[in-house]
Amino acid sequence: MSAIDEVVTEAPAVEAVPKRAMTLGTGTSLIMLGLLILVPLFVKNFIIFQLTMLLIYGLAVLALNILTGGSGQFSLGQSAFYAVGAYTSAILIEHAGMNYALTLPIAGIICFGFGFLFGQPALRLSGVYLALATFALATAMPQLLKLGYFEYWTGGVQGLVVTKPDAPFGLKISQDMWLYYFTLAVTIAIYIFSVNLLRSRSGRAFMAIRDNEIAASAMGIDVALYKTLAFGVSAGITGVAGALGAIAVQFVAPDSYTITLAISLFLGMVVGGVGWLPGSIVGSAFIIFVPNIAEGISKGLSGAVFGVLLFLVIFLVPHGARQVAIVAQQLFAKLKKG
Amino acid sequence: MLSGKLRIAAFSTAVIAFALTSGGALAQKKYDTGATDTEIKIGNIMPYSGPASAYGVIGKTEQAYFNKINAEGGINGRKINFVTYDDGYSPPKAVEQARKLVESDEVLLVFNPLGTPSNSAIQKYLNGRKVPQLFVATGATKWNDPKDFPWTMGWQPSYQSEAHIYAKYLMKEKPDAKIAVFYQNDDFGKDYLKGLKDGLGAKASMIIAEESYETTEPTIDNHIVKLKATGADTFISITTPKFAAQAIKKLAEIEWKPLHIVSNVSASVGSVIKPAGYENSQGILSAAYAKDGADPQWDNDPGMKKFYAFLEKYYPEANKLDGSVVYGYGAAQTMVKVLEMCGDNLTRENVMKQAASLKDFTPDTLLPGVKINTSATDFAPIEQLQMMRFKGEKWDLFGDILSGELSN
Repeated sequence: MSAIDEVVTEAPAVEAVPKRAMTLGTGTSLIMLGLLILVPLFVKNFIIFQLTMLLIYGLAVLALNILTGGSGQFSLGQSAFYAVGAYTSAILIEHAGMNYALTLPIAGIICFGFGFLFGQPALRLSGVYLALATFALATAMPQLLKLGYFEYWTGGVQGLVVTKPDAPFGLKISQDMWLYYFTLAVTIAIYIFSVNLLRSRSGRAFMAIRDNEIAASAMGIDVALYKTLAFGVSAGITGVAGALGAIAVQFVAPDSYTITLAISLFLGMVVGGVGWLPGSIVGSAFIIFVPNIAEGISKGLSGAVFGVLLFLVIFLVPHGARQVAIVAQQLFAKLKKG
Repeated sequence: MLSGKLRIAAFSTAVIAFALTSGGALAQKKYDTGATDTEIKIGNIMPYSGPASAYGVIGKTEQAYFNKINAEGGINGRKINFVTYDDGYSPPKAVEQARKLVESDEVLLVFNPLGTPSNSAIQKYLNGRKVPQLFVATGATKWNDPKDFPWTMGWQPSYQSEAHIYAKYLMKEKPDAKIAVFYQNDDFGKDYLKGLKDGLGAKASMIIAEESYETTEPTIDNHIVKLKATGADTFISITTPKFAAQAIKKLAEIEWKPLHIVSNVSASVGSVIKPAGYENSQGILSAAYAKDGADPQWDNDPGMKKFYAFLEKYYPEANKLDGSVVYGYGAAQTMVKVLEMCGDNLTRENVMKQAASLKDFTPDTLLPGVKINTSATDFAPIEQLQMMRFKGEKWDLFGDILSGELSN
């Protein structure tokens, strides 16, 4: 019995995931990377757009994964950070005429600050109470964006239309393809950053807090600081995802960032496997493609079909994509032996 | 057998009609993506799920109507393939679905996508790809902009057109009115208020008070009291159903009896008048452009008879009290009309050209006298409404059909 097996068989609210089990092996990572680079060369622009959205939602799910899988805090308010990132980018591009690439770090920093500040009062809460507090944030955000005071900047209910960037350096590829590779580069950078973060001192502190807060503070970890830091990092990454989303969709409006988005992201995290970073992409694929499949099965009952599919996934593979990956790995190992 | 004879008669008329239209068109056939000798592919985006899912009925009605057209032989021999997707009233999803329709399903045009936010999100993309975004299901005024967005066209009267009609009515019937305007602080309310002021023109000073509210406010009582104190004798309520009902109730409570006008969005008997109380709603004015499926005065109307026959055969589970069914039928009929006019030249450019040359077209479900007219500079198909007054338990139409156009 390996350590991984033990992890899978027991199921606390947020289970302890050893840091090794949070990532993929080098070989698998390279294959994945190769696929992500090559596939767009052979598909239609529409599919490329969907793949771009896949990466963007993947980033947002990853951010939630760091928060929940890493530091053990729940959030149903990710849509609020996503919205702030999207609006920051859209406003900077459309009102200040800034280059789209420059708006990403700014959106990230603003959201980091926002998340860090929100993390302060959230410190007093944990578990379902924290989830509720973040839920409140997600419900409030679309209405805040409609407020008259910001209307000059946000465009009010009408939203803002964002110009899509052309490929630079005279490259002869379509806007969609350029945006895909741009998003891919950002995603890879953030993924590597996240993996390293979780392997660092801070990452160990996050996980210590997740596993046992009292023990962690007894070991000298500043619980308050690291909890808010986790919120900040998560919000920052979500903000970058939101900014990319605004550029890809070319439009921001309050109705784009409702509580439904926050719940989708949460769902993506659970389906991908809590605490397993590569699962974020799988979870993101689930929230993008499964509603379309459900709609294909029945138009009037798309919601119900989606519910059934979701139930099947949770029932058959409660640990999400991670469980599938582990089973596949074991099968592979057996085949090698035999 | 009488019915058999009738059917034959109807069929032969249809054949003659087709022969006439196809004879009129040039023999040369021209197609863009989405149209062939046997099929016309039409895309559509509806909120079948999510907060606005009540409107999904529109998409279902349109599907049923196209089924009827196909069962009767299609348009100039071509069957309509209606591809409709769910966007859950979410703009990013609408963009994804629009791209799927254009790039993957390769539709000829996108017809009647619903919602101001969703349409705003896809407008730039569709215009960039030169794909018609025809007869969008929203009342915002911005869709009538052929210069900047030559591939986008509205259908229903815009909020501003409706406001012009109230302005015209007031200037004629009550030229010394002191108007208090109460509006929702969003695109709908602001569009409307602008229409009202434009409609009053030089006499905009008739508006002596303006109050706005946020949809987040639990109650609007204080606004109403404030407006009463201004001494206004005319109250225009640019509100969504929940707030329209609150306002009607509050007016009765504080015994303020001005001339009360509610916008068409909130003219529903079921969701506004009934909850506010019939006795409080007597004499309220509003305007309409479509017939009310629940109103017995249309039982013998030939257009509505066709509509009821259609519902019975192709969409029996529909609720005829639902305004969305009437709406979807009228919009789908307009679409079919445009495609018939295109003949064998089914290019995207010709579709827009024909959509912009509708002359006095009257779908079955519009009020008698309301006609659809478009031109190269006028992308607002329906611009006429008729005033109505609430009496007893229903709306009574009165006066002439009025045009919301400012030029006449």
